[in-house]
Amino acid sequence: MTTRLLWAGATLLGLALHAAAEPMPATAKLVPEKSQIAFVSKQMGVPVEGSFKRFDAQVAFDPKKPEGGSVVLQIDTASAGFGIPMSDAELPKPTWFDTAHFPQASFRSSAIKALGEGRFEMAGKLTIKGVSKAVTVPVSITSSGGAYAVATGTLTIQRLDYKVGDGEWTDTSVVGNEVQVRFKLTLGGLGPL
Amino acid sequence: MPAEPLPTPSVGAVALREPRYGRVAMALHWLLAAMIVGSLGVGLYMTGLPFSPQRLKLYSWHKWAGITILLLSALRLLWRLTHRPPPLSARVLAAMPAWQRAAHRISHALMYLLFFAVPLFGWAYSAGMGVPVVWFGLLPLPDLVAVDKDFAEAVLKPLHQRSAYLLAGVTLLHVAAALKHHWIDRDGLLQRMWPAPRKESAG
Repeated sequence: MTTRLLWAGATLLGLALHAAAEPMPATAKLVPEKSQIAFVSKQMGVPVEGSFKRFDAQVAFDPKKPEGGSVVLQIDTASAGFGIPMSDAELPKPTWFDTAHFPQASFRSSAIKALGEGRFEMAGKLTIKGVSKAVTVPVSITSSGGAYAVATGTLTIQRLDYKVGDGEWTDTSVVGNEVQVRFKLTLGGLGPL
Repeated sequence: MPAEPLPTPSVGAVALREPRYGRVAMALHWLLAAMIVGSLGVGLYMTGLPFSPQRLKLYSWHKWAGITILLLSALRLLWRLTHRPPPLSARVLAAMPAWQRAAHRISHALMYLLFFAVPLFGWAYSAGMGVPVVWFGLLPLPDLVAVDKDFAEAVLKPLHQRSAYLLAGVTLLHVAAALKHHWIDRDGLLQRMWPAPRKESAG
């Protein structure tokens, strides 16, 4: 009996030591039905909003100690749409997302910095259509009650950097170069804020 | 050359006696006529285009023109309500049986109604599709209806399209009637709205 308790104590101690030596933040789970990734581009001066319907994220960071964490996001480019059939039929084509060759766009964090009050700055690499660019994404995380947290943020990118809208569509007077990407990701099991 | 005979009454001479619309009414009539015919033509053409920058440009121009038509029509209606049109002369009225006089009133009222209905349905259709109208790409206009793409496609699009066809039809009747007065009745009616300077005297 005593031996068993000792063993258990030693195991727990060992686990604690292991955790201290190599902090492995818990992996949060994305709740897709409560998450959105939208993009707004200006067409002839008109802001038009579209969205990606399918994406996944691997979030492993402790909001209390974000430096060691990592965030990876994969977006299914074939799920992009404005809800207007004619435009939606164009988006998978080579001129736009070229989903046959580049089925996924991704973001991979390289450094996460806490700015305080639930705000973070995630530097990383954004890859769309095979083109990778360094970006810094401001993210706000709030608790949405229970074990859930909501991460929101906005990132403005230049679509032509990634050759999205090639050929005749490079005319930015028709479709503006700036695209605002807005996201709201609901995460389950993120550490306390 | 022998002396000219006395001028015989011609359409032009009759027109001298035909009361005319004022300059503002004429300017609005012809400007709107050109814009409405142009917008209808662009509207018919653009819907058949494949997805392209040209298509997006034409759709925007069509919307900007439509809003301009709406505003000018409001101005025109105000002007019409505060400036009585010249009465039809006895000569013109003589060429019109009762049903034509009724058709004259109904078609004008219907055209005024459609000057507002067609662009308003178009504006609502665009808003319903989630594409707000930004006038000349500069002035964002409020959405007339909430975004509801199914409703916009099923209800607002046909309303815009059919009201536009109705306006085109009534406009054709309007033009046909004006030409009938000009070429068949030869009663000088066209001079009421014809902006050419009036000849002061025949000799």
